Amino acid sequence: MTAARNVYIGQEVERTEDFRFLTGRGTFVDDYEPAGLLHAAILRSSVAHGHIQKIDTATALNVSGVHAILTAADIGENIPTIPIRLAPIAGLERYLQPVIAHGKVRYVGEPLAVVIADSRALAEDAAAEIDLAIEPLEPISNWRTSVADKALLFEQNGTNVAARYSVGFGDIDTIFASAEYIRREFFRAHRHTAVPMETRGVVAEWDETAGRLIVNGATKVTFFNRRALAAMMQMPESAIDLIELDVGGGFGVRGEFYPEDFLIPFAARKIKRPIKWIEDRLEHLQAANHSREIDCDLEIACRRDGTILALRGDILADMGAYTRTNSGVVPAKAAQFLHGPYRIPAVRFGVSVCMTSKTPVGTYRSPGRFEANFFRERLIDMAARDLKIDPIEFRRKNLISKGELPYSIGRLVPYETETAYDTGDYHAGLDKCLDAFGWDAKKNLQGRKIDGRYHGLGIACFVESGGAGPRENVRMTLDRDGLITIAIGSSVLGQGLETVFAQIAADALELPFENFRVLHGSTTLLTEGFGTYHSRAVVMGGSAILDGAKNLQAAIQEAAALQFDCSAEDVKVQDGKASCLDSRSLNFTELAAAAGPISAEGTFANTKRTYTYGAHAAHVAIDARTGHVAVLDYMAVEDIGRAINPALVHGQSLGAVVQGLGGVFLDHLLYDADAQLLNASLADYLLPTATDFPNVRGVTMQVCLSPSNPLGAKGAGEGGIVAVAASTANAVAAALASLGVEPNELPLTPPRIWRLIQQAKLTVSEPISSVE
Amino acid sequence: MKASRFDYFRPTRLEDAIALLAEHGREAKAIAGGQSLVPMMAFRLAAPRFLVDIGRIPGLNRIAADHDAVRIGALVRWRDIERSPELQVAHPLLVEAVRHIAHYQIRNRGTVGGSLAHADPAAEMPGIAITCEARIVVAGPRGQRAIPATGLFVGALSTSLDSDELIVEVRLPPWRDNRRWGFQEFSRRRGDFALAGVALFYDNSKDGQAANVHVGAIGVGDTPLRLSAVEAAIEGKVVTETIIRDAGAAASESVHPADDIHASGDYRRALVGVLTERALARAAGLPWRGDI
Amino acid sequence: MTDLATVQLKVNGKAFEASVEPRTTLADCLRHDLKLTGTHIGCEHGVCGACTVIVDGAPVRSCLMFAVQADGADITTVEGLAHGNALSPLQAAFRRHHALQCGFCTPGILTTAHVLLSEEPDADADRIREVLSGNICRCTGYIQIIEAVLDARAAYKQKTGAGP
Repeated sequence: MTAARNVYIGQEVERTEDFRFLTGRGTFVDDYEPAGLLHAAILRSSVAHGHIQKIDTATALNVSGVHAILTAADIGENIPTIPIRLAPIAGLERYLQPVIAHGKVRYVGEPLAVVIADSRALAEDAAAEIDLAIEPLEPISNWRTSVADKALLFEQNGTNVAARYSVGFGDIDTIFASAEYIRREFFRAHRHTAVPMETRGVVAEWDETAGRLIVNGATKVTFFNRRALAAMMQMPESAIDLIELDVGGGFGVRGEFYPEDFLIPFAARKIKRPIKWIEDRLEHLQAANHSREIDCDLEIACRRDGTILALRGDILADMGAYTRTNSGVVPAKAAQFLHGPYRIPAVRFGVSVCMTSKTPVGTYRSPGRFEANFFRERLIDMAARDLKIDPIEFRRKNLISKGELPYSIGRLVPYETETAYDTGDYHAGLDKCLDAFGWDAKKNLQGRKIDGRYHGLGIACFVESGGAGPRENVRMTLDRDGLITIAIGSSVLGQGLETVFAQIAADALELPFENFRVLHGSTTLLTEGFGTYHSRAVVMGGSAILDGAKNLQAAIQEAAALQFDCSAEDVKVQDGKASCLDSRSLNFTELAAAAGPISAEGTFANTKRTYTYGAHAAHVAIDARTGHVAVLDYMAVEDIGRAINPALVHGQSLGAVVQGLGGVFLDHLLYDADAQLLNASLADYLLPTATDFPNVRGVTMQVCLSPSNPLGAKGAGEGGIVAVAASTANAVAAALASLGVEPNELPLTPPRIWRLIQQAKLTVSEPISSVE
Repeated sequence: MKASRFDYFRPTRLEDAIALLAEHGREAKAIAGGQSLVPMMAFRLAAPRFLVDIGRIPGLNRIAADHDAVRIGALVRWRDIERSPELQVAHPLLVEAVRHIAHYQIRNRGTVGGSLAHADPAAEMPGIAITCEARIVVAGPRGQRAIPATGLFVGALSTSLDSDELIVEVRLPPWRDNRRWGFQEFSRRRGDFALAGVALFYDNSKDGQAANVHVGAIGVGDTPLRLSAVEAAIEGKVVTETIIRDAGAAASESVHPADDIHASGDYRRALVGVLTERALARAAGLPWRGDI
Repeated sequence: MTDLATVQLKVNGKAFEASVEPRTTLADCLRHDLKLTGTHIGCEHGVCGACTVIVDGAPVRSCLMFAVQADGADITTVEGLAHGNALSPLQAAFRRHHALQCGFCTPGILTTAHVLLSEEPDADADRIREVLSGNICRCTGYIQIIEAVLDARAAYKQKTGAGP
């Protein structure tokens, strides 16, 4: 049943959740304080790779206020490992993370012990007294060291390379051998991460009498996490509740199952006291998933007229010390999305998943795809310049046309079936971007030095997936107060779903928006839910609500029919009332009072992802003497099919662009040769502030609907970040073209830009392409 | 992270504060605004067992300018400097430098004395103190003494203060009419510590030549530095494009910054040259496009 | 070593007394002793601004003050900004402009913007950005926050006296 009307859908409805956030009445995990609470601090390794020789807690236990200190010995013989949730690339399962370090440590930040005390401060005092001895082993600080396999993270595996595979289609070797033009370049994307403003936290409560565990602070994939925790704790799932409170952002890194998600509940059950652990920012930068560190050796083959014939390359992914829950997503998607929105007859991509003694890697907003677009769009611009073709015309020539969609890109991911882009008008997306950005009016600035700054414009086209399956569930209940409660398996991390879901339901049931309240994420709400990741909540949760609304309508009809003692077909449900043919009627409050709460479930299953698309354009001005890049204008255009609440979509788009610009110019997790993280504080890990990127604009198109869900919506939320490195680096290259600078390694910090300019000045001019 | 435990004192008289510092020696630390000290305590990089809060000692937050000196009490906050109409005129270089310090909220708490005592080599206040030949008045158990700024900063985050001494005032030489000045700093984001910064001033002699040239730099050494080679390049000359370039080259040649996680020494050396050129151009009122 | 100190704080117009270790920050005291959890902790080392509260009229990072240092101070937190049950004009402007997503950084931005506009109701976009550059937001990208603060200026210009 598609929503019959659009009173709320498509409107910029102000958010209901704003009231509590604006008045300081949100409940984030650190705001939750059950009685009798104890506090945990985690002792973490400051050695990147080593053998644990001693953890002596005797002195630490004597610190006043300490209740217990747990190490691997307290967990027992079999230390649980954290399971893979998705993207199972064969080989990665050999590198799972134990919930606590035992035998070896493999990254700075790995948990070694949990200290439980009356306060966090006391727990930290005690942690400092733990007598720890680690025999250091050779650190593995990058993928090159990893593949050399001299020092091994997991001796029993015989290698640090968790997996190596190749995907592709077409006659790649012949094409490259005979192509009129080829160019090969090496690109580097750097390690950085999401850094939500709220750090992680867990409050675990153990009910000894009932044998039940309640864990607050869960989000993202609560049902999966409960399943994983139940197995580790050797308890039935039904004895564990994972509760989602308010969440201060996630962007992919928060909500996956981490060691603490076992350690704190385990400690609570052992000590039989409620325990709270709130991650501090230092821990967060060391221990929450890192991402994006990928090198790419990429080669393109074209005809002289700019037609792309083939693309081949190697993805070298630095994955940190352990396979985390999202396993191979980052490198797999980096390879898959090299193809992009273009018509390419042949591709072949090799992927190497390389383990290093650094923080494990997981998904961060548009994982692998932010990187892939940077690699490919830079190479396209370089090829266009060699062939003396305007980079926009080059793209126009090669973009998949509307008539060619759905367009299959074959099977480019080992754990997925064939992928096809669904609907789109990629040329229209590019045109919209150029028009909204004002490309034509600005293009005379290209490469010119004005008032001491070099100006450049850059463009990037993208296709982005979203709306991941497999399913979402909802229960909708007409309560005694006449309002309808939506209990849904989607998780809320700041996207405003309490408002968006109410909009969808209100239109589906033709009721006022104020009649709805939304409960989300907690495992107490439903038997099974699937959570929020890969921009799926509106597509999957929203579509489940349509199904639930239809079923609720029917259930209300049935309940009213019982009350009226007539048949259900004779009952009309409209405007908050159920009326019978003979015009007896009950409003919803009366009906619920008489019949009790009326509930119905809804579900939506889908394995086909949705594909948004669009283009980004950037205008930069570079001070060549300091290397500073000012972003004078940025335009992000994305067609998401259908926007339920355009204001919310726009906000996410702008926020994602700024995050992406941080990922180009500021964010950087810096490691030294000993695999020590050098900048685990916000003073040295730089996040964008209000003055850094004030000139960001976005346009949301609602043109090409998704054919695979009743809302016609495509998953949105990641498209704003996906092409930022691509377009911005192209703008920097265009600005500095006269100096011969190619920004092919991120981040583009002032010292790096300055260094590139110095090096370009020193380099003797030489042919920069290999043309057959 | 939570700070280590400490005992807290909040004396209301300077002599009591000094007595406490003398009694506990290295285990004690003075705190005023706390904007530099508290983050270090949060990371447990500093763990004083006795914290002596001097924030409520009266008489240390005065601003006064006369023909002898511009006097700024140690407890004067950045906000007070920003809002002082007197200082806009009495020391415009100081006011401009303070505009670059940290952020709004930090400027409501951070103090002049705290910044000087913390001695971060990339901090603006120590840079101004060195550039302008300030004298820092220090109080201890044996009374007060005034030391030149060059005698205060001995290394990165390190001063010549004894553990029982407190900065009570900084005295800057009086500003002169018709003085030319410039301040240029480059940081990654607004409010961040400078990767490098240059403060300079000179007086115009009758023939338009620069006299009494003072040039200081931050972020390019263990302490803020007077760039005497740069001063020599400008002294007695009319500031022209050529002089500006010479000054920039002299600046780059006279510093030897180390590599760190934010920038290489080479980069900072080049940067200080650029900032010198730009500060000098501004001082001279010349439009400066710069050059590759 | 002394254990606990007594601090007296006036917060949002109400007098409180708390018994805290000297090392307890003002942020932790407000959140856990006074149960005013609207002020959030994002970094605890004075960079992100989520913990900003108004102390004796000035916005400060409450993670960089020990509660004992604030003894006797007059404090306003985000909970003290609303007008009874109604959103203040600043809060309403934030809602109107969708200037918050997860809401975690919002309290620190509201307190900062409130003081800024109280003192400088004519602040332009550059000044607002400069002042808010000490508050980090990861969700919004700031653009709508700046628009909200600009929009709220009208309400502050109408005010004749001090107070929210």
